Amino acid sequence: MKQYSIAIKPFGVHAVLIEWPDRVEEDILDDILTFSSYLKEECLINETFELVPAYNSLTVILRNTTIDFISFKNQLLNWYITKSDIKKEQKYLWRLPVCYDENFSLDLFEVAEKLKKTPEEIITMHTANVYTVYGIGFLPGFMYLGGLPKELEIPRRDSPRKKVIKGAVGLAGKQTGIYPQESPGGWNIIGNCNVPIFNTKNEEPCLVKVGDKIQFYKVSKATYELHKIEVEVGIYKPEKSKIDA
Amino acid sequence: MLKVLKSGFYTTVQDCGRFGLRDKGVPVSGVMDMETVYKINTLLENETKASVLEITMTGPTLEFEQDTYITLGGAEFSITLNNEPVENYELLKIKAGDILSYGRLKKGFRGYLAIKNGFQTSEILGSRSCYSAITPSGVVKDKSQIKYTKWSNFDPKISGLKTNTLLDETELYVGKGPEFDLLNDKQLEQIFFKEFTIASENNRMAYQLNEIIDGHSFSMLTSATLPGTVQFTPAGKLIILMRDGQTTGGYPRIIQLTDKAISIVSQKKSGDTISFKLL
Repeated sequence: MKQYSIAIKPFGVHAVLIEWPDRVEEDILDDILTFSSYLKEECLINETFELVPAYNSLTVILRNTTIDFISFKNQLLNWYITKSDIKKEQKYLWRLPVCYDENFSLDLFEVAEKLKKTPEEIITMHTANVYTVYGIGFLPGFMYLGGLPKELEIPRRDSPRKKVIKGAVGLAGKQTGIYPQESPGGWNIIGNCNVPIFNTKNEEPCLVKVGDKIQFYKVSKATYELHKIEVEVGIYKPEKSKIDA
Repeated sequence: MLKVLKSGFYTTVQDCGRFGLRDKGVPVSGVMDMETVYKINTLLENETKASVLEITMTGPTLEFEQDTYITLGGAEFSITLNNEPVENYELLKIKAGDILSYGRLKKGFRGYLAIKNGFQTSEILGSRSCYSAITPSGVVKDKSQIKYTKWSNFDPKISGLKTNTLLDETELYVGKGPEFDLLNDKQLEQIFFKEFTIASENNRMAYQLNEIIDGHSFSMLTSATLPGTVQFTPAGKLIILMRDGQTTGGYPRIIQLTDKAISIVSQKKSGDTISFKLL
């Protein structure tokens, strides 16, 4: 199995941080998720734990244990070296509908102008690409998506909006993403996706997990409205397909 | 039912938190001052996870519709039960129709009201803690009602505690955070040999500090944060993340508060002083 040089750092008395090389890479994320599954299934069975993966790191939280850093660090390093390729969680590619209609795409024209493209070209590039979920944080269900084409990189808005509506799809720096609920925000808004990414009524409240992939596709205002009704009555099923490891 | 005649400035239902969903972006939430709540739940012989009211700065006026027992703790307010003054850390027997009324805040910032068997609001994702993105209401509202269990006979093992509160403490013990080694000697001195004051930007998500230390130009990929993580912005601002704090962040995490230190901070308000001590 591939081994990276990992660093283990203290994070208070109930947690440690494990860091992989400082790069946004699928192979690194894959190794993090493999190790995370191994810790969960084989190593931490007597602990009340939480594992939080994000980009190049995995945070291990032991809720009821005061960690002795040096011995836990050595234990983790040992587990990392001896880890076996256990069955990983099934990953999915989600196809999510985005309505780029002018009612939602508040900043699309400005973005197009700044990037010297037409709004249509922006939409084509945004939907052509497949994004990887490198982390979920900031708000419940907010995905940090990696893999934005360089041509779509644009700085955040100079002044953030006090209110960005739920489902808003934005661009900022090297990132694109969906606001899972209404919140203040500084991203450039180019559309809206009304698939609920986070729903407390579901047994698994978050649709996606770290390691899944996302592709957007363009829908008309009419289809958007139809999806909205389907979501409200609980019959909307987003398209997903298994990703073979 | 507990009838909320007046809700106060920012009153919420909280328990010990919502766990297991940090990898989905869900903050832990739960009571800010765990040390206090542990004591007042213990007086009632409640489970540790029994939910309480967290009362911030200006307290509510409450009417109890059934008999029960309550304990109060944390910040010191002038509080009356049917117009008679009552104290923190004493077991109070409540009769149907009793009115509990919070007056002036005297010391600290967050008061707590525990009730026999805990408040019976609905559990969402394993917790009763209010958090606006998860629970139907982010705060307790005027004229709302909160369910609790009627309890007429309770023979407690102890009826009160000596008020040994954290309200006067200002020293926060901290462990190293993942990016602790980023700090140079000057920054270490600025952090550990100076006092800081709480900025007006302080709430259940985060407490900002007024004093600026020498900044940095370190950039990192977004990574997990915890309640009690102290973030260090490039401009040299320190931000203490609290119970409703976001689960990931992009600023260096230089130090990490102990559980007790989080409780101490919870009782601080804008302008109060704190200092950091490395464990």
